[in-house]
Amino acid sequence: MLRFVSIGLVAATVISAAAVQTRGPVGPRWSKADREMLRSLSLASLGPVPADPSNRYADDTSAARLGQRLFFDTRLSGNGKVSCATCHMPSRDFQDGTALAHGVGTTNRRTMPIAGTAHSPWMFWDGRTDSQWAQALGPLESAVEHGGDRTQYAHVIAAHYRDDYETVFGRLPMLDGTPAHAGPVADSSRAVAWRRMSASGQDDISRVYANIGKAIAAFERRIGFTPSRFDRYVEAELAGRSHTTADALSPDEEAGLRLFIGKANCSTCHNGALFTDNHFHNTGVPASTSVAAVDSGRAVGARQVVASEFSCTSRYSDAKSEECDELRFAVTEGDELLRAYKTPSLRGVAERAPYMHAGQMATLADVIAHYDRAAAAPFGHSELKPLHLSDTERRQIEAFLRTLSSPLAAPVGYLTPPNVPKQ
Amino acid sequence: MSAIQNTRKTSSRSVVSRAISAAVIVSLFTGCMMFARAPKDLDYSRTRQSEAGLYRGTIRPQGDSIPQGRLQRWTLHLETVGGAPVDSATVSVDGGMPQHGHGLPTKPRVTRALGNGDHLVEGMKFNMGGWWVVKFRVNATPGSDSLVFNVKL
Repeated sequence: MLRFVSIGLVAATVISAAAVQTRGPVGPRWSKADREMLRSLSLASLGPVPADPSNRYADDTSAARLGQRLFFDTRLSGNGKVSCATCHMPSRDFQDGTALAHGVGTTNRRTMPIAGTAHSPWMFWDGRTDSQWAQALGPLESAVEHGGDRTQYAHVIAAHYRDDYETVFGRLPMLDGTPAHAGPVADSSRAVAWRRMSASGQDDISRVYANIGKAIAAFERRIGFTPSRFDRYVEAELAGRSHTTADALSPDEEAGLRLFIGKANCSTCHNGALFTDNHFHNTGVPASTSVAAVDSGRAVGARQVVASEFSCTSRYSDAKSEECDELRFAVTEGDELLRAYKTPSLRGVAERAPYMHAGQMATLADVIAHYDRAAAAPFGHSELKPLHLSDTERRQIEAFLRTLSSPLAAPVGYLTPPNVPKQ
Repeated sequence: MSAIQNTRKTSSRSVVSRAISAAVIVSLFTGCMMFARAPKDLDYSRTRQSEAGLYRGTIRPQGDSIPQGRLQRWTLHLETVGGAPVDSATVSVDGGMPQHGHGLPTKPRVTRALGNGDHLVEGMKFNMGGWWVVKFRVNATPGSDSLVFNVKL
């Protein structure tokens, strides 16, 4: 009987090993340069979240908890129905799966995901803000997103978040006599009310407004990525280990990876552990048929960030000027900015169709076909050249991109709505 | 950006000739040069003589290797061909990727003279791997001239 059990254990061990070890040490070998490229793309190469000197509360956990509550609070909107999470849905990698975002109205752009953005010097498709906190403030005042205004939000903080706010940021200003609705927004009555406020009154409110952004940023900067199957594959490759079912790539996925870093030149711009160079490129993406306005991309975004009321060098920033080098040395003019858009991260890309800055392309296959074809840009100059990929090669690149999906990484409880106090 | 690759053991005449032809190519195909190969014999020396022979310059990036995707400060050491340090100079910075037809992702500047011919260059950044060219236009007492460096990431 004992012998029977022993044989059974050995057999089980052999079967288990066979199931786990899908491929031996003999497999496609990567050149030294390829291995360096794989290493650079791996999540293990991503350093810690960089400091944000423009937000002294960025690493304050109390600010992050407050930011999480604000992120999910629909009272921060003109109609009481829109929160950051309306478009940045935690269950969908903090995006909404639609071509154009729908808040109070409809935007001209695709919602961008949030994970990993603390590593980026520029926010939005056109980089019109230079920090997570400044980014968070844009939609709050947009007439088609949250549709609210600064004094309204200050009143919400005073009514519902006073203690938490004051624990982090110090005393709220007195809001007696502050209009219920006022701000530098498109709505004329609220804009007029804002202009009638004293400069010091405006400054007090704008500081509360900036602090709302800083709290939301403290929450957002803790959201990152867990290793994907690609990352586990690279780890095993670099360690010279045999691949298991958890870290193997299929022959098509592997071929797609080889194309990604080789013939298809994807890694020229989609480089580094977040698969983005954090820069702006005109890749000939066609204009959206759903958007009437002309979209010049970075050409406008560069001017906006320089003029931004909430930039790194602004009075509401906590940074010294010399800590704002991305802004100080930004390219702000030139033909290269025309219709250039930020290179998006490809982590989790298979989970967030449709694609491009206005959701012009429905599927990954469409995107790959676009880069293969390299059509001329609607205006400006596309950086692309036709790739002459075969059907099989396009399919293999898509197969590889699907290996970049993984759950988000965040502190416990950060990916679900907190208990928001009721009115 | 002009085409400004330089190679070892190349006569100044052929350098000019190649620069002009490459400039024409770049101007014709700006924006669609992504996959051209870099010349094999590029000179990646960190000390170069200026194009008209007025200056010798040395770039000193932070650390041994040049990082990708991160802002960095360089020191540019400037001296005359006779070896005299050049402290008083107006220096502008330009560059890009000749194969891709695009410029630098940032607008770096020489922000101050550090003494002994050294000049602080701030805002350097390279957002992708490959062959980059960095060009310093120098205007000082000996005259105006350009220093061109090839950089490989």
